Amino acid sequence: MDMSIQNKAVDPASSILYLDGVSVSFDGFKALNELSFVVQPGEMRAIIGPNGAGKTTMMDVITGKTRPDEGEVYFRDATDLTRLDEARIANLGIGRKFQKPTVFESHSVYDNLELSLKCDKGPFKSLFSRLRTEQHARIVEILETIRLYDKRDWLAGNLSHGQKQWLEIGMLLMQDPELLLVDEPVAGMTDAETVQTADLLRLIAKSHSVVVVEHDMDFVRSLDCKVTVLHEGHVLAEGSLETVASNPQVIEVYLGR
Amino acid sequence: MSTSYVTEKGPFVSLLTGLPGGGKAFMGILLAAAVFIVVGNQIIPEDNFFHVPTYMVSLLGKYLCYALLALSVDLIWGFCGILSLGHGAFFALGGYVMGMYLMRQIGDRGVYGNPELPDFMVFLNWQELPWYWFGFESFAFTGLMIMLVPGLLAFIFGWFAFRSRVTGVYFSIITQAMTYALLLAFFRNDMGFGGNNGLTDFKEIIGFDLRSDGTRLGLFVGSVIALAVGYLVSSFITQSKFGRILIAIRDAESRTRFTGYRVEYYKLTVFVISAVLAGIAGSLYVPQVGIINPSEFSPANSIEVVIWVAIGGRGTLWGAVLGAILVNWGKSYFTGALPEAWLYMLGGLFVFSTLALPKGIVGTFPIFYDTIRRKLGRRADDLSNVKEGDA
Amino acid sequence: MYFLRTALIFGLLFVFAEAGQLVHAETLQDLTQALSVKNYTKKAAVVEKLAATGEVQANTILSALMDGALFTRKSDGKIVLGTKIKKNYLLVDPVDGTELGEVQKSALKKVRINNKVRIAIRAGIGRLELTSADPEKRISAAAAIFKSEAPAMLPVLRALVKSEKNADVKPALIRSVAALELLYGDNHDVQMFAVADLKAAGGPEVKALLNKVLINLQLNEPAQNSELAAAIRSAIAAIETQLETYGLIENLFQGVSLASVLLLAAIGLAVTFGVMGVINMAHGEMVMIGAYTTYIIQETCRIYAPGFLDFSLIVAIPLAFVVAGTFGILLERSVIRFLYGRPLETLLATWGISLILQQLVRTIFGPTNKEVSTPEWLSGAWEITAGLSFTYNRIAIILFALVVLFFLMMVLKKTLFGLQMRAVTQNRMMAGSMGIRSARVDAMTFGLGSGVAGMAGVALSQIDNVSPNLGQAYIIDSFMVVVFGGVGNLWGTLVGAGSLGIANKFLEPYSGAVLAKIFVLVAIILFIQKRPRGLFALKGRSVEG
Repeated sequence: MDMSIQNKAVDPASSILYLDGVSVSFDGFKALNELSFVVQPGEMRAIIGPNGAGKTTMMDVITGKTRPDEGEVYFRDATDLTRLDEARIANLGIGRKFQKPTVFESHSVYDNLELSLKCDKGPFKSLFSRLRTEQHARIVEILETIRLYDKRDWLAGNLSHGQKQWLEIGMLLMQDPELLLVDEPVAGMTDAETVQTADLLRLIAKSHSVVVVEHDMDFVRSLDCKVTVLHEGHVLAEGSLETVASNPQVIEVYLGR
Repeated sequence: MSTSYVTEKGPFVSLLTGLPGGGKAFMGILLAAAVFIVVGNQIIPEDNFFHVPTYMVSLLGKYLCYALLALSVDLIWGFCGILSLGHGAFFALGGYVMGMYLMRQIGDRGVYGNPELPDFMVFLNWQELPWYWFGFESFAFTGLMIMLVPGLLAFIFGWFAFRSRVTGVYFSIITQAMTYALLLAFFRNDMGFGGNNGLTDFKEIIGFDLRSDGTRLGLFVGSVIALAVGYLVSSFITQSKFGRILIAIRDAESRTRFTGYRVEYYKLTVFVISAVLAGIAGSLYVPQVGIINPSEFSPANSIEVVIWVAIGGRGTLWGAVLGAILVNWGKSYFTGALPEAWLYMLGGLFVFSTLALPKGIVGTFPIFYDTIRRKLGRRADDLSNVKEGDA
Repeated sequence: MYFLRTALIFGLLFVFAEAGQLVHAETLQDLTQALSVKNYTKKAAVVEKLAATGEVQANTILSALMDGALFTRKSDGKIVLGTKIKKNYLLVDPVDGTELGEVQKSALKKVRINNKVRIAIRAGIGRLELTSADPEKRISAAAAIFKSEAPAMLPVLRALVKSEKNADVKPALIRSVAALELLYGDNHDVQMFAVADLKAAGGPEVKALLNKVLINLQLNEPAQNSELAAAIRSAIAAIETQLETYGLIENLFQGVSLASVLLLAAIGLAVTFGVMGVINMAHGEMVMIGAYTTYIIQETCRIYAPGFLDFSLIVAIPLAFVVAGTFGILLERSVIRFLYGRPLETLLATWGISLILQQLVRTIFGPTNKEVSTPEWLSGAWEITAGLSFTYNRIAIILFALVVLFFLMMVLKKTLFGLQMRAVTQNRMMAGSMGIRSARVDAMTFGLGSGVAGMAGVALSQIDNVSPNLGQAYIIDSFMVVVFGGVGNLWGTLVGAGSLGIANKFLEPYSGAVLAKIFVLVAIILFIQKRPRGLFALKGRSVEG
């Protein structure tokens, strides 16, 4: 069955993200149950699943917010992510976008990006740090990518919901991560914004590995990538959207509802 | 809040010139007031209307110490969102360190005339000076300790607290417990800090008689300088990228973490800096009021500081200073004029400032925002210039 | 010595010989007159003889002598009982009670006593009470004899031990007999038995007595009494072990007692902070309001229903709940509801409220402590054995704390209101859409927490000063309990209060009260840093949000 696809895919020698047998439980509730899957370098992957399937918990485990009870999580085959904290993981090159857009609301759009710049992030460096010209240029470049150049001096708190989502994606790009984890990027967006976001993600996927968690089927279809279906904390099916959509189990637990 | 995008100037050059409009105005007012008071006290004759009596100088000096304390609380609460209910403890520790120096300066002029031991130790039948009292006959050593003792406590406390991610009200409550534990400890006679009575009956500081008008004026000037330097340091911190990260932590802590900042180190750094500022404020306060006792550790004191900041306007440095001076002036006035009413007013201030004035005086009155907006407008021009230059 | 004893045995015989009434009356009259003797040693002997008559009237005479109400009438040297009326003294015959008219003070001379006589009087009164019908009096009389160490009582006691039926009185008598036998006995075997009896009786007083005897033995005849000394030593060791156990139990009780106080103070906070997440710094003032409500009700009772005074505490419990609850609801509606989701601001605003409430109480009732008296049915102590007793008010507070905890759990778990409350705290929006008026539930929840604090105030009025600062003393401890136990869990609050209370009391003997408190505070500070969410924290993915 579809499980076989997953087994074939396990080739740790060339993975950017490698999860094996990860379990997490909260007060007896198993949020993740022997979850295993692999993301190849440069790949874009969509993760879908009903509420409570463990999508957000999976992101928490990868980014160091939650420690798994058991299982292995490796980044680029070499780094054990279960031992590191959020900041270390972020600096390794894993960026995360939250479900609810979180930006620094009392800072300008420009400052939001500047703070996300990839650089030494120790407190004493920041105390005496000054922006260099090429860094400024990089910020301007991203401002243009996320279409917020005109609003660079706005306080981020004054942006619309969709603009905040883009700003957050822009902040991830500033970190120049190898792997981006994007949680429901189009939730609450207008149709036009959704289309633009899909374009943006495809653009990003050209130079980064991206894992997108999403509910919106049309959006997932427009991403045109491999899909992993999560259910009750483990992988139910994996493959192209067409393959998983025709899987009877998937239809039963998710699409059929 | 943001600074100019690209600066070629070194960090320290921009310390003064980089002050935002409000900051420059503040420095001007502080300096002018200091000159007015010094002249008013020393040159203008006593029968003149503009004469400033010495008791008033000391009172104002006390307010300035409170202002520095408020500044330290604002630095962590206003900018980083950490509500410490233990800053009174750092203030009191700085005060105790200074008190120890002043006790050692008494020498054999105490009631018991013991050249080595302070009176309260003689009274308790102690035979020799405890080890932790060594070195305090030196002013330089004392100066170091004024910063080191509160700083070290803040470091140890913050190290544990921030690493375990104790946040929000939990942090507030344990800082309150910390100051409460210190209050109980300093009440004990066998701690060696004078127990209930604390340290008092000071005679002189670096050879100057504490009761003379000149020394009092000198202490006032010292407080002005301390506040000015504290303001510059705070301003430098908040204007730097570090400061913007503090605000980022305040507004979205986990975003900051996922952006790659070790939030706990930032919090620890600013907590220690803030504790040191509070300690310095305490050390200047003690010689001006002439006593330090355990009641300075009482949790009510620490929480009162927070309300000065809230009233003035948290997240704005000179709001904190303004709040400290206004509330304490009110306190001095009303505890004299309407002693019954003062606690009602203080309690009312807590409620009023949280419900009606969440941004404080400075944040609420828009005049102060205009300067910032004008500055922001100018910066947009700077940006386009830079862009053209690059292209 | 022998003579005295013989005389006393005769005296004792008279006690039980109902036939000799007339003889007694004469004897009593003569003995009373004999009190005029100047020599104190002789006077003491007369006192003992008086006591030996066993007459009810002898008790009155001895008490009067003790109180300085016996006089010698200068005109005829007769001993009389004088009661001061204005400037004169009303004289009464101390034996038969006939009135002898009024005289001026100058016509009388007080019968003087010294300490030796006083001891004899106390022992005498004790001896007279030994035959009282009230078992309580017999026990306290036996204890008085134990303390007085009056050898004259030995034969009387021996006789009484045999006839005593009451199981509570008998051990007390045996203890006193054994003490006297050990002290004054010259028979080695009797003394050995006495030591065994004393060992069985136990208690700090026996230990002191044994120590005293031991020292005397070693001073006087170390060689001869080595066996007795060894027995005494082993008895002391046994009693010490026993006392240590009692000390431990006592400590545990003190700890549980402190824990119950902490639980009462913190349990309302467990609702407002634990369930609602509201930091109410004025929580202590709700406790204070409860205590002042108790005071007001007591004073009202004193004026309007003095007979009811003993039960004003019972009435105060529901009223304190209502009064503090009302204050809580007012506080929630007027201030706190505007600050939901801003815990730090809530903290500051409620601190302000606490200042205002304290000052309000100071303005109305003054800054001094108010006296809330302990009702009759709560005073006294439950004496389990010698050296181990628990006061009733502490026991009552422990029980009360548990009842309040149980009551609160029932409200949260079994009532519709509790269900709505949990629904609102878990998902406000959802609860709202289900038709729950969440604003109302918020106010009621806050009222409930404050009301429980008010009930705590009733209990605290029994063991603490009712003053405007009452609440301040408990606020930090209460927060420590809730935070230590884990937020949102009443069992956690119970365990938190229990461990803090007991830890405090067990540290106290080693470090003193203040250091113990500091240790506990530091321990909690460290603990919170290890487990920021407390002992019984709810683990979940959305805790940080």
